[in-house]
Amino acid sequence: MKALLSGLLEWTDARFPLSKLWNEHVAQYFAPKNFNFWYFFGSLALLMLVLQILSGIWLAMYYKPDAEEAFRSVEFIMREVEWGWLIRYMHSTGASFFFIVVYLHMYRGVMYGSFKKPRELIWILGVLIYLCLMAEAFFGYLLPWGQMSYWGAQVIISLFGALPFIGEPLALWIRGDFVVSDATLNRFYSLHVVALPLLLLALVVAHIQALHEVGSNNPDGVEIKKKKDAAGIPMDGIPFHPYYTVKDLMGAAVCLFLFAFVLFLVPEFGGWFLEAANFEPADPLKTPEHILPVWYFTPYYAILRAIPDKLTGVIAMGAAVAIFLFLPWIDRHPVKSIRYRSLLFKFLLIFFAITFVVLGYLGTQPPTAGRAELGLRLGEAYFAFFLVLWWYSRERSAGSTWTLLAVLAIVFAVVDAIRWDPDKAALMALSALLPLIYFGLFLVGPLVSPRLNASREVPERVT
Amino acid sequence: MALLDAKTDLSDRASLQRGAGLFMNYCSGCHSLEFMRYDRMGRDLGLSDAQVLENLVFSGGKVGDEMRTALRREDAKEWFGVAPPDLSVIARARGPDWLYSYLLTFYQDPNPARPFGVNNLVFSGVGMPHVLWSLQGIQSLEKGERPAGARLEHAVRLEATKEGVNLHNIVQDESGAESRVVDRLVVSAPGSLGVGPFRSAARDIVNFLTYVGEPAKLVRYRIGFWVLAYLGFFIVLSYVLYREYWKDVH
Repeated sequence: MKALLSGLLEWTDARFPLSKLWNEHVAQYFAPKNFNFWYFFGSLALLMLVLQILSGIWLAMYYKPDAEEAFRSVEFIMREVEWGWLIRYMHSTGASFFFIVVYLHMYRGVMYGSFKKPRELIWILGVLIYLCLMAEAFFGYLLPWGQMSYWGAQVIISLFGALPFIGEPLALWIRGDFVVSDATLNRFYSLHVVALPLLLLALVVAHIQALHEVGSNNPDGVEIKKKKDAAGIPMDGIPFHPYYTVKDLMGAAVCLFLFAFVLFLVPEFGGWFLEAANFEPADPLKTPEHILPVWYFTPYYAILRAIPDKLTGVIAMGAAVAIFLFLPWIDRHPVKSIRYRSLLFKFLLIFFAITFVVLGYLGTQPPTAGRAELGLRLGEAYFAFFLVLWWYSRERSAGSTWTLLAVLAIVFAVVDAIRWDPDKAALMALSALLPLIYFGLFLVGPLVSPRLNASREVPERVT
Repeated sequence: MALLDAKTDLSDRASLQRGAGLFMNYCSGCHSLEFMRYDRMGRDLGLSDAQVLENLVFSGGKVGDEMRTALRREDAKEWFGVAPPDLSVIARARGPDWLYSYLLTFYQDPNPARPFGVNNLVFSGVGMPHVLWSLQGIQSLEKGERPAGARLEHAVRLEATKEGVNLHNIVQDESGAESRVVDRLVVSAPGSLGVGPFRSAARDIVNFLTYVGEPAKLVRYRIGFWVLAYLGFFIVLSYVLYREYWKDVH
């Protein structure tokens, strides 16, 4: 039997690089030995992708992309298809879990400088995967044809209408109709089940290929390939299989436990994963009181909503996503890992995480004057993060920092003058504290005490 | 506005059966449950096909039929102004507490613009008549006294009392000072059930609709327990495996 199998492998290897692929990507791919908690999310994203594709295949067997039938067919799956409810909840819970995992994976990259040379392309491919995933989620969300599906799509597509000249024709071209309709549903279905999954898979393969070409970064931000033993194996590297396969298996087990907890016990997750309004069939004549996207889009939605001018808002929202593509050229500090970067850098990153979460929360709440103001200031803080990141890339003289501060003061004064509203004078003055404190801490701070922004020495080997 | 707590319990099969009976008698004339079939409901509620056909199928259909209503949509639109919605997933769209509060807060409204002479505290201007009036009786709204010059007000919460339901409002006068005003719903013409028994009947209906909203809920908790138990065991196993392999990494 064993002889037969090895014979078969030999036969295959002569015709297809099976052993070679296995060795290059798994058995003899040397990964740093010091991966921590944050390094689970790459393999977990892959797990989520597989779960989504499998559950999606089964859903597509019963789902009907037809404005008359779509809502009913989802309920048909929930009630009459054997285990249909399980598959549907797998898919709906999986969508949210996918984004949780991807957000943590991206944050890991920012923390440990995994986007820096020579990993710029890995990062860019990753951001493209993220964009693809957002499109995939957006198209998929229309398919249940509930009220929130319908009106969410209506609102998002109408954003394209805000673009000058091409806006309205573009929105019409996307919808295939003057309102979201059967035509829209059909094309979204096609994009959701064919076009984007294909693109997504291709990008994932390229992402991993690029990663395995240059090798993984690690929590110390040390290049393990610089220190090799006599056999040419990185001294701080261990083969991915079996070490990281068993470790990732444990990560997968914990992730699946949480996944199953949500799926079986709280599939709506308090309205965050499945919104109550989406259990009402789409009605083009009845606009819901609050139209909100699902949580993974709400940080950007909050930025959009906070800006009174629609076109500016759309541009800001697009820029908030697209800016990640340029991260390798924004943060060019030679020290990769947060472990050896300055105290202020750590604060900066924590504050960015808080900004993102609070913006996400604001995006789910009906707007009030106070919330809109906070949303705007946090939107500013969102972009300020990238500015400070760029500023920290190298030593800056006190003079240039003061010049930057002066420019910032003018920009903020102009923005506030444009949106000046005497009724909200007190609110605007109060909220102006946020940028004052932000730039006071992150730009003036290093001038007052250079120690606050001093990096530590990076060790030769991983710790 | 904080709603009344429906305290639904899907493991209470007797309540689900009573709820099905009440629904078929009082609601199904106008509202369909078209994503649900009679026999499936019977199986889940512990009723035989014969019991279902005899007690719960009024449309003369087969036991495998979808639970539709005999009311034609065009007629309904003409009579009520709006076609009564299908209620298959209403409990998921509105939530059990909302449904429960809705069923309990119909009151007599003499406003001639109200076609059926009633209004509702959680669904103002509702198109539905108070179909459960013969059970609950007629409630009237006793408005609490507003302070002079009251301007803005908003409802804060509903509260179930011995006599009926109280609605707590925050009222603002012109100076912006806030005070709390309580409106009371009291039964002015009793029905066949008292306040307590009617509430439990309303709860049965809501319980039934919650089940209809997601029949899989009956099994997913049970299966989920075993899945989680298995995965918990698997976590331990994978941890032990990980420790074993990583012994030689230094």
